[in-house]
Amino acid sequence: MTDFQQQALQLAQQQTAPDWLQDLRAAGAERWSATPWPTRRTEHWKYTPLAPLQKTDFGGWGQAADAADIEWIDAEAPRLVFVNGRFAPALSSAELPAGVVRFADAGADQQAVIQQHLGQIVDSERHLFAALSNAWVEDGVLVHVPQGAQLASTVHIVHISTPEASATTASQRVLIVLEAQASASVVEHFASTEASQNGFVNSLTEVQVAADAEFRHSRVNLEQEDLIHVGGVHVNLGRSARMKGFTLAQGSRLKRIDYQVNHRGEGAELVLNGVYLPRNRQLVDYHTNIEHCVPHGTTSETFRGIIGDSARAVFNGRIHIHPDAQKTLAELSNKNLLTSGKAEVDTKPELEIYADDVRCAHGATVSRLDATALYYLQSRGISQAEAEVMLSFGFINELLREAPEASVQSYLRRRLGWLLGRPEPLARHLEGATS
Amino acid sequence: MLTINNLSANVGETQILRDLSLTVKAGEVHAIMGPNGAGKSTLGNVLTGREGFEVTGGTVDFDGKDLLALDTEERAREGIFLAFQYPVEIPGVSNMEFLKAALDAKRAHQGLEEMSSVEFMKLARETCRQVRMDQSFLKRGVNEGFSGGEKKRNEILQMMLLQPRLCILDETDSGLDIDALQSVSDGVNTMRTPERGFIVVTHYQRLLDYIEPDFVHVLAQGRIVKSGTKELARELEAHGYGWLDSEVA
Repeated sequence: MTDFQQQALQLAQQQTAPDWLQDLRAAGAERWSATPWPTRRTEHWKYTPLAPLQKTDFGGWGQAADAADIEWIDAEAPRLVFVNGRFAPALSSAELPAGVVRFADAGADQQAVIQQHLGQIVDSERHLFAALSNAWVEDGVLVHVPQGAQLASTVHIVHISTPEASATTASQRVLIVLEAQASASVVEHFASTEASQNGFVNSLTEVQVAADAEFRHSRVNLEQEDLIHVGGVHVNLGRSARMKGFTLAQGSRLKRIDYQVNHRGEGAELVLNGVYLPRNRQLVDYHTNIEHCVPHGTTSETFRGIIGDSARAVFNGRIHIHPDAQKTLAELSNKNLLTSGKAEVDTKPELEIYADDVRCAHGATVSRLDATALYYLQSRGISQAEAEVMLSFGFINELLREAPEASVQSYLRRRLGWLLGRPEPLARHLEGATS
Repeated sequence: MLTINNLSANVGETQILRDLSLTVKAGEVHAIMGPNGAGKSTLGNVLTGREGFEVTGGTVDFDGKDLLALDTEERAREGIFLAFQYPVEIPGVSNMEFLKAALDAKRAHQGLEEMSSVEFMKLARETCRQVRMDQSFLKRGVNEGFSGGEKKRNEILQMMLLQPRLCILDETDSGLDIDALQSVSDGVNTMRTPERGFIVVTHYQRLLDYIEPDFVHVLAQGRIVKSGTKELARELEAHGYGWLDSEVA
């Protein structure tokens, strides 16, 4: 075990989790200890060294804080807010839609749902940090929508990191269970109040979408510079289930996000779009893996990245079509825009097809800002800086437009100049951008 | 308004413009004709300060300012407008956003307030009508999937919105059907005022049937070899550019 692996186990011992989560915690700790630490030769971590994690001495868990100065994506929507991993009642909505509850407040029925699914959707043998999340599970959020029901309102789960005296850790766990014909929209918003903070956030979201259910999901990672974030979204899709997913990540010292979606029932439909915007010396790594285990499934996956300064991005998109998954339709596209000579991207779209009657396509491109387009904009009086933002915006706008929540779209548009490392007013006319 | 004096320019190692001189006064329309490779498009690129077009000699005075000392965007804000021969497609940025950004930049330069979105929409729609372009094109990506004619109408739309002092039309007639040619020319003609100058670059005389020039210049091998009135354009149409070889030599 590495120092960090041992430190993580010690941190787990400092927690006070309810009895009914102890089995999962113990299993997680065991798996975490038994798994060799990833190195450069570990395929899934080849381009993303975990050195920042190993080199940091994490003194303990994040502490609760009542104030955190961030702008909500939708101030009107019901939300659960965690600061440094601790529930922040003062920042959270007093009333939540039926079916939304913290693990700490879960009733017997809800505990049963959690015990049935938590740690069951994710494969912690293949995902080291899922094992860690299991070992660290203490609190979390359950969204449970019964058969045929609709979650009354989009729920926002917000995780904020604030500066602390020493490096701390936080664990964020979400379980979403949609029974047959249910529907729900969930927004996960990760933010930090300042660029300099040495924290580590390990986050895991598991989603069970039963037959004919419809799930809309947005996951926005806006933690800044120094934060380390390792996160995963793991989904099972039942028969004719539908999921529309959107994710956006700004870079930081180390940001790694895995999406794993399993087509378990026939005829499920997945749309998954992602945007990553690392700059300075940041890193963003998206690993996605879509498993088509059964026939008639559809996947449309598009990720685009704008990489600036000396930043680095990693995209590894795999679609695995099992022998039984006939009539699968799958498309995977990854496009990258490098806005500086030192920016770097490692992209690897992978299609593994073991069925013969499928329609699949995949592709990846890496390009630079188009000099002719820049000149065209400048020849109309638009400054170079603004022209660069406009072209970058154009590159990802198609995906923003597809984000399942209008509030997420407008929130991100307002911040686009900032996200691209430009003063905000530059992109003022993009705020109300029409489709 | 515009005084070009002995302008020479290179593209890479190749000299394209050689001691070119031209004076355009407010209210005048100058047509520049010439064979392929004469440097017609280079002139527009040099006047707008495009990267890769290197001025090696000469001066350009625009309303008393040293034009060559300004960046591309500054020249535009000062009132230079180039209608592109091949307008650029910019997917993902709506035409409306693009037009508003351009107008905002110009107004800021003039010390004017930004136009409100409502006011701007009204103006953009009205201008669309004038160039007979469907309003749906305002919502589409800049020139994205536009036909040749639609792209050129969009150039004229931009020109009408920005109200430049000097308009340079680079082979705006290329690839246009009669109907588009008519709307483009109508747009230009409504903009002909005593305060505004035009340089109309074209390979064919046809455009000049619609936009009547005050002067016609023949550009060959990077310099103006002959100047005259619109009659010169007719001559060129009748005899082609072949005679230039003997005359220039």
